[in-house]
Amino acid sequence: MIRYLAGRLAQSCVVLVGVSLLTFLLLYVLPADPARMVAGRSANPDVVAAIRRELGLDRPLPERYAHYVSRLLRGDLGRSYVQKVDVADLVGSRLGATAQLMAAGIVFELLLGLPAGIAAAVRRGSAVDRLVMVAAFAGASAPQFAVGLLLLYVLSFRFGWFPLGGYGTWQHVVLPAVTLGLAGGGWYARVMRSALVEVLDQDYVRTGRAKGLTPRRVLFRHALQNALIPVVSMVGLDVGTFMGGVVVVESVFGWPGIGQLAWQAIQMVDVPVILGVVLTSALAILAGNLLADLCYPFLDPRVRYG
Amino acid sequence: MRWIGLACSVVVAAALLWAAGSPASPAPAVDRVTVTFKDDISTLDPAIGYDWQNWSIIKSIFDGLMDYEPGTTQLVPHLAESYQVSSDGRTYTFRLRRGVKFHNGREVTAQDFKYSLERVLNPKTQSPGAGFFLGIAGAVAFQKGQAKEVSGLQAVDRYTLRVTLEKPNAAFLHTMALNFSHVVPREEVERAGADFGHKPVGTGAFRLREWVLGQRVVLERNRDYFIQGQPRVDEIVFLVGVDPNVALLRLQRGEVDILGDGIPPARFAGILQDPRWRKQVEVGDQLHTGYVTLHVRTRPLNDVRVRRALNMAVNKERIVRIINNRAVPAVQILPPLMPGHDRSYRGYAYNPDAARRLLAEAGYPNGFSTVLYANNTDPNPRIAQAIQQDLARVGVRAELRTLAQSTVIEAGGKGQAPLVWSGGMAWIADYPDPNNFYWPILSCASAAPGGWNWAWYCNRTLERMAQEADSLVQPGQERQRAERYRQIYRRIMQDAPWIPIFHEKRYTMHSARVGGKKGIFTDPVHIPVHYDEVRVLR
Repeated sequence: MIRYLAGRLAQSCVVLVGVSLLTFLLLYVLPADPARMVAGRSANPDVVAAIRRELGLDRPLPERYAHYVSRLLRGDLGRSYVQKVDVADLVGSRLGATAQLMAAGIVFELLLGLPAGIAAAVRRGSAVDRLVMVAAFAGASAPQFAVGLLLLYVLSFRFGWFPLGGYGTWQHVVLPAVTLGLAGGGWYARVMRSALVEVLDQDYVRTGRAKGLTPRRVLFRHALQNALIPVVSMVGLDVGTFMGGVVVVESVFGWPGIGQLAWQAIQMVDVPVILGVVLTSALAILAGNLLADLCYPFLDPRVRYG
Repeated sequence: MRWIGLACSVVVAAALLWAAGSPASPAPAVDRVTVTFKDDISTLDPAIGYDWQNWSIIKSIFDGLMDYEPGTTQLVPHLAESYQVSSDGRTYTFRLRRGVKFHNGREVTAQDFKYSLERVLNPKTQSPGAGFFLGIAGAVAFQKGQAKEVSGLQAVDRYTLRVTLEKPNAAFLHTMALNFSHVVPREEVERAGADFGHKPVGTGAFRLREWVLGQRVVLERNRDYFIQGQPRVDEIVFLVGVDPNVALLRLQRGEVDILGDGIPPARFAGILQDPRWRKQVEVGDQLHTGYVTLHVRTRPLNDVRVRRALNMAVNKERIVRIINNRAVPAVQILPPLMPGHDRSYRGYAYNPDAARRLLAEAGYPNGFSTVLYANNTDPNPRIAQAIQQDLARVGVRAELRTLAQSTVIEAGGKGQAPLVWSGGMAWIADYPDPNNFYWPILSCASAAPGGWNWAWYCNRTLERMAQEADSLVQPGQERQRAERYRQIYRRIMQDAPWIPIFHEKRYTMHSARVGGKKGIFTDPVHIPVHYDEVRVLR
């Protein structure tokens, strides 16, 4: 187990270095000059050159990358060109809200997706199955921007049940989480259904039924546990992607998450912030996947990490 | 397990007791105004901040020697009590108001102004405003590190500042009203270091109370403000991260007071047609011109007949309709609010037939192919498409490249873009003086790599005329100077390096509970709102 973990962590480090290098290169081949964005339009070429020097942008690329990595190893993500504060502070100030939305979003995905998927699998081919699959398709394909605005308009503006966007209390998190849940729940329902359908056809399930176990016990105690494996991988992926920011939902609901930060930084070519956000989300995706992998042995004893 | 339940009950009981026990303190009557923005407020350092969002917030926290009458472009002394111009127009002597205090309680002196301007000129500050002050004697040497101080900035005594210029500049007093020349206290700048932009200390009507990254900035009344009766509210809250559509819903529900980002385009027509909401929308002119640059050094745009033909080809009325009539069609470079705007000038009338004839005369009876660059944020792609269609009607096939702002700026500054639509490039005048449309975007000096003269237009005669006009600095010469600039801009339009498209108007929506003097919600300088003048109506 320890060896497995050590191996995975080493792999993660390689991935992170790769991600940072790739992002660094991509940002610097962009046909846009951060120094000019900082300098504004009243700047003459001398001022732009001075700013470029101050930002260290006049140095050769390998030197700049080495400098960046050496600071990164000391936990320093650099400073924002535009906001002139530490990137770590900018990212850190948004991590709490991002994590909250991530957790609430996944809860709603599971609440909506799993029961629907189970119901559809158990009554395969019935009207329930067809209804669930159509709803899941609709949920997964509806644009989140429209769904979010619609929820806000009806439930907040018309009925006043929830705040009109923002962040702070538990009421604030409900609508953004439901918006995420509706989209993701559709996928979960489909995955849950197909996994369970497959498991329900297996021999050990038939054996269980034959030896007289109640259908409820067969389903929840034996079949479901095995069918949950793909769902757990999806949760692991969602932990990662949601921690990287959900730009659309965040901007509709005014949620101070990482996605908003990333979007603004990209507009202004604020390279240190973009790098910081990319690295944070890469880290989250790696962590999410690792967590999911570590959960498998609990669901299926056949999975074991030597 | 039981002890957990017990502990929980104790905590809940304690919380209930505490809640019941704390006296329901009567909320003090705080006049609070709430403003919404989609994007974060980047910085409140007057040397750094240079976007339309932080511009007027900074003006409410800091002050300069000069300012404008609220809601107008009328320049007046502000922290200066009075000023004198020498007969050669090169030396300005400012008498400072006495007893003006920074938010930390220290009195402002002439030395503080010298420090603040030198800070902007110091390359370490990375100020985008340094270019405005390079005309001060010794500024260039200081910026290059060849001098320890700017020789043209002298604190004669505690309350007298003398500024000497390399050559006369009629717009100099306007630059003393720019945020970049607002006064900052050295001790606070040094204490906060690079974080000064998030811990601003100035002399302004408001002081910073709270800044929660990604959520809100709260300003509170400066009780020692030197103008009696300002500000007119106790607190201003800037909420960030609010989508404009949601901001409008919140305003309609009475939760917020001012839409910092304006009315969302999709709701614009509906709001203006609804008598309930129409009266909460203020309309005003701004110092803005939207234009297409024609790269005068590339073929076939180097032929003035071609450039004039393109000017006749674009139907500006139609483009104005595309943006919900939020603008007036432009026939010249200067916007109506700007001194030097020529009311009698008619420009090139829309006439596709004449445009085709002129193109044929120039040797392009079948038109030509070119490329039009534009910003990719709404409504700019729609405007660019309209221009593309109009050009197609006279045979000019323009390939559209809608890109991120930074990429368009790069293409323009490198001279790679034959045509650029200026919308979404943050181009709005810095100060209400006609030379602000000449030197940064139409002069020979700005036709350089990395500059903003994307037409690469350079007319040496006009450059000399502009220099002469800028030396007319004495009081009473304003009229003569405006006339000179009228001539300059008329000559530029003959050369047609631009297609002026429209002058945008500003629409600000606010709640029924706030108000103030005429024009403060569409202030041409304190963009978009003059916060010091906003009041809560009783």
